[in-house]
Amino acid sequence: MSQIKILIYGYGNPGRQDDGLGNEFIEQIQSWAKNDENTAYEFDSNYQLNIEEAELISTKDLIIFVDASIEKEVETYKLTKVSNSSDITFTTHHASPGYILQLCNSIFDKQPPTYLLHIKGFEWDFKVGLSAKAKTNLEKALLFMKKKLKKPNTLIQQF
Amino acid sequence: MGKKVTIEPVTRVEGHGKVTIHLDDNGNVERSRLHIVEFRGFEKFIQGRPYWEAPVTVQRLCGICPVSHHLAAAKALDVIVGAGTGTGLTPTGEKMRRLMHYGQTFQSHALHFFHLASPDLLFGVDGDPAIRNIIGVALQHKELAVQGVMMRKYGQEIIKATAGKKVHGTGAIPGGINKHLTEQERDSFLNGADPLNIDKMIEWSESALAFFLDYHAKNTDFIDNFSVFPSSHLSLVRKDGALDLYHGVLRAIDTEGKKILNDVDYQDYNKYISEEVKNWSYMKFPYLKHLGKENGWYTVGPLARMNTADFIDTPLAGKAHEAFKAYTNGKPNNMSMHMHWARLIEILHSAEKMKELLNDPDLLSGELTTKGKRRAEGVGVIEAPRGTLFHHYEVNKDDTIKMANLIVSTTNNNTPMNNAVNMVANNYMNGQKEITEGMMNAVEVGIRAYDPCLSCATHAMGQMPLDVSLYDNKNNLIDRKTT
Repeated sequence: MSQIKILIYGYGNPGRQDDGLGNEFIEQIQSWAKNDENTAYEFDSNYQLNIEEAELISTKDLIIFVDASIEKEVETYKLTKVSNSSDITFTTHHASPGYILQLCNSIFDKQPPTYLLHIKGFEWDFKVGLSAKAKTNLEKALLFMKKKLKKPNTLIQQF
Repeated sequence: MGKKVTIEPVTRVEGHGKVTIHLDDNGNVERSRLHIVEFRGFEKFIQGRPYWEAPVTVQRLCGICPVSHHLAAAKALDVIVGAGTGTGLTPTGEKMRRLMHYGQTFQSHALHFFHLASPDLLFGVDGDPAIRNIIGVALQHKELAVQGVMMRKYGQEIIKATAGKKVHGTGAIPGGINKHLTEQERDSFLNGADPLNIDKMIEWSESALAFFLDYHAKNTDFIDNFSVFPSSHLSLVRKDGALDLYHGVLRAIDTEGKKILNDVDYQDYNKYISEEVKNWSYMKFPYLKHLGKENGWYTVGPLARMNTADFIDTPLAGKAHEAFKAYTNGKPNNMSMHMHWARLIEILHSAEKMKELLNDPDLLSGELTTKGKRRAEGVGVIEAPRGTLFHHYEVNKDDTIKMANLIVSTTNNNTPMNNAVNMVANNYMNGQKEITEGMMNAVEVGIRAYDPCLSCATHAMGQMPLDVSLYDNKNNLIDRKTT
């Protein structure tokens, strides 16, 4: 049985304080995963999602996007399943995980299971570095994911 | 008393822009405005930081065009480290930066055309918004959607290879570049498996241009008459008048094609350009000083570049540019929808330039940096995908940034975008009592032709849907729609 391929992809602008939660999550989880010889995981990060990610996720078995959240219903972190979405904003420049998933399905006929890990952020000014409250949430989210990532071959069933 | 229509994008942070359209007592458009209401504080933010950090730091301005800011800042700092004013770098330094820039332009324009413009063209301005997107395109014209995605990917890979990484790339440094291209990277870009090789990218660029020209022939009235208004145009051009997206002199022409800024050194940009502040927008209004605030505004971006450049020095794009110029008998082209045509010519030009550079051995070896006598001030200007981008820095003796001034492309297009909204509003809103879907779409299409980067101009983050509100002559809300 070939090993499954799992993509963990954080996005946001690290120059806007807590908007960099997704990127910082990837930095830390990648560093943690280095000590583990597991090759199932691929990590990536960017300022935002864009259409070429549709091709990237088409080659994976499971995708976990990680983004900062301002939503009230996210208290610390929250993992939600991503559904297809055709919502797009008028100036290009922002694509949601659901949009990427739908594009992947439309173009490459693939529908890999996709999740979004929301991590609650609080401060969004021009500044590098997470707020203290966001750091706490990041640590909790990391603990949660590390437990899940220990067994990649059963990860899909865990979600 | 008139009515007021408001179109208001909402973002994750408070910053946003909106469009208001004021109607008079007869229901006709009195005036319209594109408001940008996010405070721009970035110039303050980088004051006091070490100057060599700027090419990395300024990418935080915007996740959409970080490479443009990276390169404009690096060009300004070249001046400060004594590496000349645009032509003093080592061959490797300049060519690696150019490759990065053409990769950026290629992927940015591809995103705009395939992702945003093609749905409008294929499904029409009045098309159902549920399918008027690239997913709708994918269902009916799968090859176009695939090309859009893979052209983006190719450009992004070029950026990664030259800038080092996608987030906060470090490739361009004051005085040059910090890496060569490896043979493996070069071979992959030149001869990679289909479709990720440069010949396929050129082929697809040509087919995208052919697609537009075919559409234009079948829809001439729409393409030639949607949002047309006289404008001056400004861009960099190479000293011999050729299109040059990376470096050159500043040229502006008026509505008749007469030079109103005659190939001047951009180090002196603030002798010629000023910015007006208006109390209803945080986005400033640049203008040519000698023509004044009323008449000195100009358009930047692909359409402006096609108008200001005398020729293009790559064969396929050069021929396409000749046809573009011939369409208006050599006069400046002011048809907003022709921005798509111009953008496609630049995609083709960027692909041709990338091939030329990838075959250049200077990318694989040679000195990476140079420096000379340190200076206290420098200006870097680049033709970003959306238009002319100015970065200006003064540094203290302790190497910290004393002053920064940025004029971003979208800000340069502030007045033209306002005019576009006004044109569209006049065509669609006169005599209307409610906001129609066609009106919403038309305003979007009118603004979108400029490919504005509101996050860049305003530093807002996240989604920017349009929210349209209609007010009566006493400012009572009588209708509202959101895209």
